[in-house]
Amino acid sequence: MPALGADMEAGTLVEWLVKPGDKVKSGSIIAVVETQKGAIEIEVFHEGTIAEISVPVGRRVPVGTILAHIDDGTPPSPLPPVQVEISAPVGKTAKSTGETTGPPVPPRPSLGLIAAGGARLKITPVARRRAAALGVDPRNVAGSGIEGSIRLADVERLARSVPERPRHVAGYDAAAMRAAIAAAMSRSKREIPHYYLTETIDLGRALAWLESDNSTKSPQDRLLPAALLLKASALALRKTPRLNGLFLDGEFKPGEGIHIGWAVSLRGGGLIAPAIRDADRKSLSEIMSALRDVVERARKGSLRSSELGSATVTVTSLGDRGAEAVTAIIHPPQVAIIGFGRIVTRPWVVDGRIEARFVVATTLAGDHRVTDGHAGGLFLTNIRDLLQEPDKL
Amino acid sequence: MTHDEIKALLFELIGEIAPEADFSSLSDDEDMRTALDLDSMDFNNLIIAIHERTGRNVPEADYNKLFTLKGAIAYLAAPSAEVKL
Amino acid sequence: MSDATHSSTLRLTYREACKQSLRQALIEDPRVFLMGEDIGRYGGCYAVTKGMLEEFGEERIRDTPLAESAIAGAGIGAAMVGMRPIVEVMTCNFSLLALDQIVNNAATIPHMSGGQFAIPLIIRMATGGGRRVAAQHSHSLEGWFAHIPGLRILTPATVEDARFMLLGALRDPNPTLIFEHVMLYNIEEDLDSSIRAVDIDRAKVRRAGRDVSLIAYGGGLPKALAAASLLSKEGIEAEVLDLRVLRPLDTAAILESVSRTRRCVIVDEAWRSGSISAEIGMRIAESAFFELDAPLRRVCGREVPMPYAAHLEDACLPQPEGIAAAARELVAPS
Repeated sequence: MPALGADMEAGTLVEWLVKPGDKVKSGSIIAVVETQKGAIEIEVFHEGTIAEISVPVGRRVPVGTILAHIDDGTPPSPLPPVQVEISAPVGKTAKSTGETTGPPVPPRPSLGLIAAGGARLKITPVARRRAAALGVDPRNVAGSGIEGSIRLADVERLARSVPERPRHVAGYDAAAMRAAIAAAMSRSKREIPHYYLTETIDLGRALAWLESDNSTKSPQDRLLPAALLLKASALALRKTPRLNGLFLDGEFKPGEGIHIGWAVSLRGGGLIAPAIRDADRKSLSEIMSALRDVVERARKGSLRSSELGSATVTVTSLGDRGAEAVTAIIHPPQVAIIGFGRIVTRPWVVDGRIEARFVVATTLAGDHRVTDGHAGGLFLTNIRDLLQEPDKL
Repeated sequence: MTHDEIKALLFELIGEIAPEADFSSLSDDEDMRTALDLDSMDFNNLIIAIHERTGRNVPEADYNKLFTLKGAIAYLAAPSAEVKL
Repeated sequence: MSDATHSSTLRLTYREACKQSLRQALIEDPRVFLMGEDIGRYGGCYAVTKGMLEEFGEERIRDTPLAESAIAGAGIGAAMVGMRPIVEVMTCNFSLLALDQIVNNAATIPHMSGGQFAIPLIIRMATGGGRRVAAQHSHSLEGWFAHIPGLRILTPATVEDARFMLLGALRDPNPTLIFEHVMLYNIEEDLDSSIRAVDIDRAKVRRAGRDVSLIAYGGGLPKALAAASLLSKEGIEAEVLDLRVLRPLDTAAILESVSRTRRCVIVDEAWRSGSISAEIGMRIAESAFFELDAPLRRVCGREVPMPYAAHLEDACLPQPEGIAAAARELVAPS
């Protein structure tokens, strides 16, 4: 049972998505666990076969409890070769002793899907992709496509159909979520000496570039300003690594990568900050895709364990319907939180004249045990400079 | 598509983004973003869904025409500027 | 008929649009002249240049002997020394006699001369079948020419494109071949009077849809649109993409459409083996394989020398019912 937040002590296993004998690889989702932050999908990071399930559905276990065993390929002792008896049944000639017999070895599955009977599955490329993304096994679906091929609609129908066991309904318990937020924020205010810095950033160039770039793209590929703000924050963190990491056991442990927790407000109340991993190395389109994906799943309640445990810093952007500025509270054990207010039009001085400009109030709350105002200030001016050259983001 | 079909499609697509949306109290002229609490990410997802379902590519410059229910229906009912014949 | 450079009538035929486009070229640029068989005194085999000899004179509307290689060669030469010749090869069937000039001279001289010579030559050709002129006079060879680097291949399928694509080609310093399908000359469409130019690079979605992409060009476009109408009655919404340019192919538009609808039928009047439909299908397979929800399909001309009898010819050409059937099979297999 992984720790999915600093204060998590236990979780309830609500659904198994694999059974003994199933093959898994790095990134495979194997179970769903209920926490104060809602239902979280548990991923594994090893390749192998599920050998044994140790915790049954419905049981609440402390963090650290073994949930399952994975056989990673260390071969079990091979079956001893059995010599064919020389005194074979009447009429049959025994084979030479070089041959090994024993229980029949199942055919090695190819990388493609094998239908019952060993024939290769007829499934369209996009249906195969969708089946993998939805975690459904299309092998038993009758295809409605050409030559009986399985196509997108068949996979989606399968995913929507009622399974044998009632699937855990993803979602949030509002009261539990509120309690989790209360605990974390109280702890933050108690333990972390916050300092606060603000910088108002001119976004004229960034928004003009965005408008021009989006005008050439079809809707799926368009970027929101949030993608630029997130990328700029990630790049700026490269230069101020002491804002990116965790304060544990009395000392600062720098993050191994820049994994930005993106604060998502949930419809009906509640807040969660799943991580966008290696945000500094993703392109703007990749960041936009990751944002769309993570926001959708956060609201549906189907986030993954790797997304909740791994943020090294948090960014909270109030968006176009929020307030002008936010002075945020650090999420322990992180050491910083970056806030972006609503993008507004304000009078701005340009070459000695007053002009209307799009600006955004950017704030940093830092843990004074780890950084001082000087480093924080440099960080904010760095973000400001990065946002003046949007095409380089 | 008829106006009613467009309205039904919009309700379906917005419903997927904001499941608790109450369309019965939505008036034709009010800004849907405020009424249904849709932020820019939600609106973006709506534009994408419209493109996937109808093939209609709404450019960013036209977004403000779709902020009200009446505006969105009128916009989507009109023939796309891309279609020549 | 108007004397003005831009037709003041809002509805005109494809033939008339071709003519107005030539007239505008001749009026606006003194370097432009026309050469071809029967374009002057006869007024053009398809009546495109009717009346133009009287309007522009013998120097600029030049009737030639029956000698395609010489006509093309003369056009290349004129272009090399700074003229803007618009050469007519009566139909693409006769272009075979000018193949060496087009492929080995027009397409290569800019490269072989290290850029010292541009070849701002336009060759117009009628193409396609449907006129009951049988095996030697019904080819669709635009796909062959689209194989050759150095050439731009245009296939206007609408009155607007017939009216303005040639003018765009005039601004291109490279040789351009314009293929006018014989069955399009009589079509009549409204022209948007605010349009003064069109691009000669991009495909255009003529009908947006979500269930299947019908990719067509030239004479295939009206058939694809008719097929889309038939399909719409069955609740299948087909997207129709007019390629407009066969070289360079607008691969981005093709991939964008097919990645969205996930199913594709290519409409190409030429024989399928080694045709441009094969090229388009391969590009889709190369770059959008994982978006496909059905195999790629195409509707092409039957692979026989074109018959003379009307009912046989019709059976050999792509038809709306056949296109609709191919699309239907992808969306709702029986």
